[in-house]
Amino acid sequence: MLDGRSVTARPGEVLIAAAERAGVFIPRFCYHPRMKPVGMCRMCLVEVASPRGPALQPSCFIPVTEGMEVVTTSERVKKAQDGVHEFLLINHPLDCPVCDKGGECPLQDQTLAYGPGESRFVEEKRHFEKPIALSNLVLLDRERCIQCGRCTRFAEEIAGEAQIDFAGRGERLEVAKFPTTSFSSYFSGNTVQICPVGALTATPYRFTARPWDLDQVESTCTTCALGCRVAVQSSANRLTRLLGIDVDPVNQSWLCDKGRYVFESVNGDEALVPGAAFAGEARPAGRGATVRLTQPLVRTHGELVPASWGEALGAAADGLRRVRAVGGPEAVAVLGGARLTNEGAYAWAKLAKGVIGTDSVDAQLGDGLPAELVLSLPRATIDEACRAKVLVTLTGDVREELPVLFLRVRQAVLSGATRLVELTYQTTSLTPYAAASLLMRSGDAPGLARLLVGGSAIASGAPFHPDGPPWSPAQLATARDLLAETPEGAGVVVLVGRPSLAEDASLVAEAVEVLANAWPAARFLPTLRRGNVHGALDMGFAPGLLPGRVSLEEGRAWFRRFWPTVPERTGRSGAAVLASLAGDLEDPDGASDQREAPKGPPIGALVLLGADPVGDFPDRQLAERALAAAEFVVVVGGHPSASLHHADVVLPAAVAHERPGTTTNVEGRVSRLGQKLVAPGLAWPDWMIAAELAASLGADLGFTSASAVLEEIGRVAPSYRGIDAAIEEGTHRDGVIVPLVGRGVERFEPIDPIATPGVESVERQGAPPRVGSARIGAWVVPVSVEGSGEGVPRLLSWPSYVAKRTSTRPTHVSPPDAYTLRLVSGRRLYDRGSAVLGSPSLVPLVPKAPARINPHDLDRFGIDDGDAVRVRSSRGSLVMRAEADPNVARGTVVIDFNLTVAVPDHRDAPGREALRRETTAEKDRRGTERPEDAQRELGASVLIDAMAPVTDIRLESL
Amino acid sequence: MDASEASGVPRIVTAGFDDPESYTIERYLARGGYQGLRKALGMDPEAVVAEVDRASLLGRGGAGFPAGRKWSMLRPDPVTYLVVNGDESEPATFKDHALIERNPHQIIEGTLIASYAVQASQAFIYVRGEFALGLERMQTALNEAYAYGAVGRDIFGSGFSIDIVVHPGAGAYICGEETALLESLEGKRGFPRIKPPYFPAAIGLYGQPTVVNNVETMANLPWIVLHGGAAFASLGAGRSTGTRMFALSGHVRRPGVYEVEMVKTTFRDLIFSEQLGQGLREGRTVKAFVPGGVSAPWFGPEQLDLPLGQDEVGAAGSMLGSGSVVVMDSSTCAVRAAWRITKFFFRESCGQCTPCREGSGWLERILYRIEHGRGREEDLEQLLDICDNIAPGLTWPPQMTTICVLGPSIPSSIHSAISMFRDEFLLHVKEGACPMSGGSHG
Ligand SMILES: Cc1cc2nc3c(=O)[nH]c(=O)nc-3n(C[C@H](O)[C@H](O)[C@H](O)COP(=O)(O)O)c2cc1C
Ligand code: SF4
Ligand code: SF4
Ligand code: SF4
Ligand code: FES
Repeated sequence: MLDGRSVTARPGEVLIAAAERAGVFIPRFCYHPRMKPVGMCRMCLVEVASPRGPALQPSCFIPVTEGMEVVTTSERVKKAQDGVHEFLLINHPLDCPVCDKGGECPLQDQTLAYGPGESRFVEEKRHFEKPIALSNLVLLDRERCIQCGRCTRFAEEIAGEAQIDFAGRGERLEVAKFPTTSFSSYFSGNTVQICPVGALTATPYRFTARPWDLDQVESTCTTCALGCRVAVQSSANRLTRLLGIDVDPVNQSWLCDKGRYVFESVNGDEALVPGAAFAGEARPAGRGATVRLTQPLVRTHGELVPASWGEALGAAADGLRRVRAVGGPEAVAVLGGARLTNEGAYAWAKLAKGVIGTDSVDAQLGDGLPAELVLSLPRATIDEACRAKVLVTLTGDVREELPVLFLRVRQAVLSGATRLVELTYQTTSLTPYAAASLLMRSGDAPGLARLLVGGSAIASGAPFHPDGPPWSPAQLATARDLLAETPEGAGVVVLVGRPSLAEDASLVAEAVEVLANAWPAARFLPTLRRGNVHGALDMGFAPGLLPGRVSLEEGRAWFRRFWPTVPERTGRSGAAVLASLAGDLEDPDGASDQREAPKGPPIGALVLLGADPVGDFPDRQLAERALAAAEFVVVVGGHPSASLHHADVVLPAAVAHERPGTTTNVEGRVSRLGQKLVAPGLAWPDWMIAAELAASLGADLGFTSASAVLEEIGRVAPSYRGIDAAIEEGTHRDGVIVPLVGRGVERFEPIDPIATPGVESVERQGAPPRVGSARIGAWVVPVSVEGSGEGVPRLLSWPSYVAKRTSTRPTHVSPPDAYTLRLVSGRRLYDRGSAVLGSPSLVPLVPKAPARINPHDLDRFGIDDGDAVRVRSSRGSLVMRAEADPNVARGTVVIDFNLTVAVPDHRDAPGREALRRETTAEKDRRGTERPEDAQRELGASVLIDAMAPVTDIRLESL
Repeated sequence: MDASEASGVPRIVTAGFDDPESYTIERYLARGGYQGLRKALGMDPEAVVAEVDRASLLGRGGAGFPAGRKWSMLRPDPVTYLVVNGDESEPATFKDHALIERNPHQIIEGTLIASYAVQASQAFIYVRGEFALGLERMQTALNEAYAYGAVGRDIFGSGFSIDIVVHPGAGAYICGEETALLESLEGKRGFPRIKPPYFPAAIGLYGQPTVVNNVETMANLPWIVLHGGAAFASLGAGRSTGTRMFALSGHVRRPGVYEVEMVKTTFRDLIFSEQLGQGLREGRTVKAFVPGGVSAPWFGPEQLDLPLGQDEVGAAGSMLGSGSVVVMDSSTCAVRAAWRITKFFFRESCGQCTPCREGSGWLERILYRIEHGRGREEDLEQLLDICDNIAPGLTWPPQMTTICVLGPSIPSSIHSAISMFRDEFLLHVKEGACPMSGGSHG
């Protein structure tokens, strides 16, 4: 009984939540629906009947029980709530006019409703030094803090890193970091979002806007492929802030700091990209020193000069036509596309495959997995992964690659919903939560996969190593025991990604094939991480594929109905395109026989869609040679990159938040992107560039808006059939999973107005607190995809993949000898990618990469922790700092990707001295040029040999 | 500190206090130490619980919950803990302090008996960190007891084993609250735990069923086992049986710790008896007194004849609480007394709950202002209203708006002072100064 009427609650539901669903809003501060209640602020007191009469109880903490009688409106309740509210205000500085939270502050809002009208507090207020830095990103104003513990609980309970906690007691109870460390969590921005007052502020947003000036659209973060739901806010055509929106199946309200703050690179605040002093850079008023491509450019007499769209499109079309005339359509390759919207990707796929006629189109640049494998695997959702009987990971560190997925998996393991078995080259952020963590060396994955599914050690083909296998036999036994409870892999979900960029993708692919064949009932969640890479692959952005998860052969007849042409032959992958351009496919040393290299005419033209082979491809040396060898290069993108030096035509494109459309996440969830800004200068959305370039080539792609592209996708792309209608239908926060099957149920969830203060405040524009109700949920499919005859091609599936697979020859990896270490190069969240380097707030967070080596190996080589060493591969060498790291498998050296390598810390250390000698020897006479320094900035990609299955390293002490 | 042994009332917990070496195992054994344990180990654990139940031993830590009942509420589990609370940190409360320094073995023996009775897996004695001597003596006593074979594996060949750990407190009053104490033992910040779960007996230390008892409660057990629960229950009256230690302080001639028979003794006896407090200084009269620790509402001279019994004091609107009695004579400034007590709570609030964290500071600042001559007439109503917002209705026992009872205890002294001495507050306001300054301050 709630205020005299009868309401029902879910099992275990706390009073405050049940009341909210029944439309009764109980004021609160410390309660957050995604965290455990603590009952600290006492704002939510209500009267609950007890044998000793009605008692005031915190409604956020008391679970609803059968027959409970609750009063939320009595005089006593009102007095208690008013009292608590007054208490919260007495020491509050009330500096609302200069507070970021002013205008969207739950304390302000609830003051209107619950506080006494006037202050009767005449004493001196508590004073603290005004904001202190908890980290580069988060400032704390202790005077404003109401000690609700939301931030500290988030850090401990959700992020799993208690880097901040309460210190002191009573009135001096304050949030504090530890003296020697900072609040360096990847998730720190969430604390700012959920702080119910202005105590926590984020440096990127501080003082940039007032909530009532903000305009907001809902969108999806495409910084990684997880697809967290966000509110994108801007003021005066400038992005100011992103806030997480609670989508239950995906991000459950959280964001990572990279996703939250890379918007700065859209505004383009500072010139931080190397070599950015460049003709195409524009600085329009109100956008700061934007480093964006805003103007079409054409190379004339060796220089890129501004041109009109007509001139640039004409030059691009001429170049492509010229190359095609000589080498045929297959001489043109289109690389990149993971940063496009689904609409952009479809339009470009149609242009490349359906107009130009080349199948050498790839959204992945040697840093992903074979597309056909990814699309053929039975796909799991994030929710399914989080309740898998056993969750197997064969991927990089999830917290580095898809950060919010780490939060989900961590919660799932802690709640007992799933058990984790990890196959990894080094200890990861998930290792502490794993039931079994199997450490392996690069090259071991297929063999270990065979062992895991029940093979014997000898038959597994695991390469011999003098140290024996790096995994612990006990952990392997635990993993096998767990998996024995899941016959045929029923209830098993496997996360599949690229644990290292220094090895060929075929190794993971082979391991995945082993698992998929042994476990026919298992499902897979591909953790390819780049932006909308899943949407691009779905739109046919890979060789051998057509839009809608169909193979070229299977879909050829169907697409002939809609497209001017369809490629005759399977094209080359991104890696093969670059290798062929660089002349490495004819590599005499025999490494090339590792790769399936479809012979074809030499590549003449490269179209780079927001991709930068020089920065993104694991093997930098090869990429540079490839670009230098390309006859004609068209760069389409929003930001300048190293590849620009090779561009013949530059076409400026709109980037995230500047274009409407849809995106597809790791699980195949399609959701809507909101447009918040007008693209700067002359930049266009990608689909429009494709359509105009097609027109210049004499073809009509047949659409004049993004929604028209989506309509065509929904009509012709088999796995996306019906998507346009599904997406058009109302505001679906949750998006929909493709292929659409069955009928979804609409869910109505109340929005806690103070769980996401900023979002709700902007929506309600200053009105008093209310309980919102957003319609979210799965959608209703209009057309049944199954059984619609008329020649719709069959989707890729595991049986069709297995039937087609001709080569079953395992990748041969020769065992390392005692003098070499195998290179592993994983991803870090903050790297030297253009998004991070374009975001001034994130730049200081980019780490340097030492050579991390197991102490046992360091001993073997007689190297001390912290020494300078020379690391040499067949491709190049680096002088850098060696770091002893017991978390790395023996026989392995880890140098993370796309980071400047670390050098010894101490100027007086012997290693530092040696380093100085080494580098001055190579310095030119004027002392300005330091080749070693430049190499160091490029990092691991200097070493990686993309033509070898693994990269072996020799260490030389200096 | 001589008790009324002449009247045939035994000194159960303070026996040997007069001996300066009372804390050593030799003296303890000479007093018959560890005989209770030996006897208990020969009984069924249930029989020990029954004996304690029969004794009607009320907890001596403040809440006065019957120890036998508490033990029977223990959720059955292979792993259970016994935690003994020696964190005593309240101003004017110093009976555990004396007990720990002078009779540590009896606490240990009681702890062992209780551990056996509830079949605990491990016991902890949590001693206030500032008790340097007490900690040293407790630890030494424990080492002696181990050496003697009273603690550890297979105690006295009985087959029963238990380890005891002496844990120094973390320097906060709130760590005496049983759930904050458990947090502190677990190595966490001393925040009281929110209820439900209502009792550590269900979910306590490390989530396991746990009994938390005061050190004095423990010290009664050897006697109860040796002499029987009925003998204990024949002392005192009603639910308040046995003897109890009282810490008498304030304006009495002979402040100190006195063990007296419950109910049969009155506040007047305690304060005025020649063997006990010996009354006030010449020419002074009792203005008010705190009957059971600074959390308790005050009494005036008209309540002096109330017996020292838990229910009797409760019925009169206050509590025996922590067993500390503070006498304020006619020279005392009531405002100052209330201010000092409030200041204590303000400094010791853990800070979790808004009403306690913010309210304590607000009250303290107003009282300070009044005492220092900057009061306003409206401050009185405001004080009461703020008190009402911390403990709605200002009833006793208080209504809770907070996680633990520290918060709702804050209003006690203020409410008492204003109800009893309203004119004195108004005089402060009117004169713009403390009218009693120069007098002696509590
Ligand atoms: C704020 C606060 C402080 C307390 N401090 C003590 C203390 O110092 N010693 C103690 O024995 N009990 C203290 N208590 C009471 C304990 O919570 C608990 O009731 C007691 O230790 C139980 O033992 P008993 O049943 O033997 O009395 C305190 C309670 C509160 C609310
Ligand atoms: S900083 Fe904000 S979130 Fe953290 S305790 Fe203070 S008010 Fe709560
Ligand atoms: S996890 Fe990925 S999608 Fe989510 S906020 Fe971070 S970058 Fe964006
Ligand atoms: S009432 Fe006071 S001491 Fe007790 S938990 Fe709340 S804030 Fe802490
Ligand atoms: S105590 Fe319930 S919301 Fe804070």
